[in-house]
Amino acid sequence: MSKLFARYVAALVTSLIAVSFLVFALNELSPGSAALKVLGPYALPEQITALTKELGLDRPFVVRYVEYVVKALRGDFGRSILFNAPVSDVIGAALLNTAILAATAFVVIVPLSILLGVLGGMREGSILDRGVVLFTTISSSIPDYAMGVMLITVFVVKLGVLPGLSPMVAQGQWSIAQQMVLPVAVITLFDCGYVAAMVRASMVDVMERPFIRTAILKGLPNRLVVARHALRNALIAPVTVILLQINYLITGVVVVESMFAYPGFGRMMLEAALAKDIALIEAGSLIAVFIAVSTNFLGDLCYALLDPRIRAQGKP
Amino acid sequence: MTAKLAHLRWRISAWSAARRGIAAFAGLPPTARLGLAIVAFWVAVAACAPWIAPYNPNINHVEGLQDPVPSWTHPLGLDSQGRDILSRIVFGARTVLTVAPIAVLAATLLGASLGLLAGYYRGWVDSVISRICDLTLSLPTIIFYFVVLSALGASALNIVLVIAITKAPMTARIVRGLTLELVPRDYVSAAKMRGESAWFIMACELLPNMRGPLLIEMCLRLGYTIITIGMLGFLGLGLPPPDPDWGSMVNDARKYIYSNPLAILWPSLAIATLVIGVNLFADGLREEITRYQR
Repeated sequence: MSKLFARYVAALVTSLIAVSFLVFALNELSPGSAALKVLGPYALPEQITALTKELGLDRPFVVRYVEYVVKALRGDFGRSILFNAPVSDVIGAALLNTAILAATAFVVIVPLSILLGVLGGMREGSILDRGVVLFTTISSSIPDYAMGVMLITVFVVKLGVLPGLSPMVAQGQWSIAQQMVLPVAVITLFDCGYVAAMVRASMVDVMERPFIRTAILKGLPNRLVVARHALRNALIAPVTVILLQINYLITGVVVVESMFAYPGFGRMMLEAALAKDIALIEAGSLIAVFIAVSTNFLGDLCYALLDPRIRAQGKP
Repeated sequence: MTAKLAHLRWRISAWSAARRGIAAFAGLPPTARLGLAIVAFWVAVAACAPWIAPYNPNINHVEGLQDPVPSWTHPLGLDSQGRDILSRIVFGARTVLTVAPIAVLAATLLGASLGLLAGYYRGWVDSVISRICDLTLSLPTIIFYFVVLSALGASALNIVLVIAITKAPMTARIVRGLTLELVPRDYVSAAKMRGESAWFIMACELLPNMRGPLLIEMCLRLGYTIITIGMLGFLGLGLPPPDPDWGSMVNDARKYIYSNPLAILWPSLAIATLVIGVNLFADGLREEITRYQR
């Protein structure tokens, strides 16, 4: 267990250093200076030089990078040029909104995909199974942006029963809960097919094991075979996949956020990247890497806790 | 005499290859055959685009902009700049069916090379490559795309590049595993004994023997790559205008969703059907090849 934790810390530190350096270097390569972005196309050359100096962008690359790292270690991530506010405030608000969306979607996706996966994998090749496979293939093949605009066309434009924008502020006739329906629906449809396919594959695998045959042969009703013997074992392998969805739900739902104007983390990162708001991009990337590496670790940890064989391997 | 024999042998092998192809197709599950048919449809559309499309996809029909909804002259209507949507969908098939396969091919080449090197040489080469792959896999992909594409600019080359970099590590892992499995085989030892170079062994002995899993991997990647390229277009980081690209068409159609709601459906349906086709075929292929191996 401690070995696992040490590996996690090592991976986290190397990723954070590599990514912070990479983002800094990429920004150097990119054409167009930050000062020009802030001042607009009609700025005088003297103004640009002045602001470049004020922002400290005229000093060498390595000096600025080291300074950034030292400041960041003290918890100071600088100011966002785009929002004209401290980076930590901007990211905090965006992360909170994304956490709400991600948590809601997670609560819907996990039970639904486990149900679908278990129903399909219970009897491989049955009509129910074929149906589940077809559904999971099709729903995970329709991209979120395509699914989103289809749902908007039907429920917003044609029927007018749901709002097409989710700014997370109750406006007009739409409550915040109603604003959440379409974003969560799009994320669920796109993501749950993939998770369900993983659960199904694991279920199929477990149902072929000898202890299931024993349970069936000793006359246990099918319901109990699935509930008592198969389910527990079939959920071990997909736990990693399920936990990885946390990472996807926080950093990967950019399309949904920008489609519904949802003020979340992904949309903030897109805007920061388009505006070359380097302080925001840096801090946002670091947070995204932190979340990615941590969910990976969490997945490994749960896997080890659930499967006694892996736990035993950890102890020398 | 020998020339004639060689010719005969070539004819036999061509005939048997064709027969094997037909048998493989007949052996595929019906969903995979459906998938292949959908993909074949879009490939045909892309190949015959100039003959199918009623207009040049980049011409602005300014006179039609007052009434951009579907009509006899423009069956699917006009987009926000007065361009014929049907023509743009037809030509958009060309864009996606060139960029996506090239990106997948690049990712596979990069991933397979890294995986072969890591699995063949092992030792420090393996640990360096594996660490880099782990690091790349832990990056948040979509945010990586934003940062790189906004910094370097969105072009076909840069899109292929970022996709290759983010997708290669998975292929590298698979190829590394396969290499470790194949290296102890007799034919590899024989090649080593003959004094073949490491390069020859990797390219001519190992690579051809992992074509099955690699092929499945590429087919599965292709579907997701098409989704990714569409997503970049949708978010405004896709291929530069004016050439048609389904993802940016979806984004453009959002501007006039109330006046012509169907316009948003066509590019969405195009992407969705193509990806469904690719994924159905890939799943069927995987089922077929794994069953064959069992």
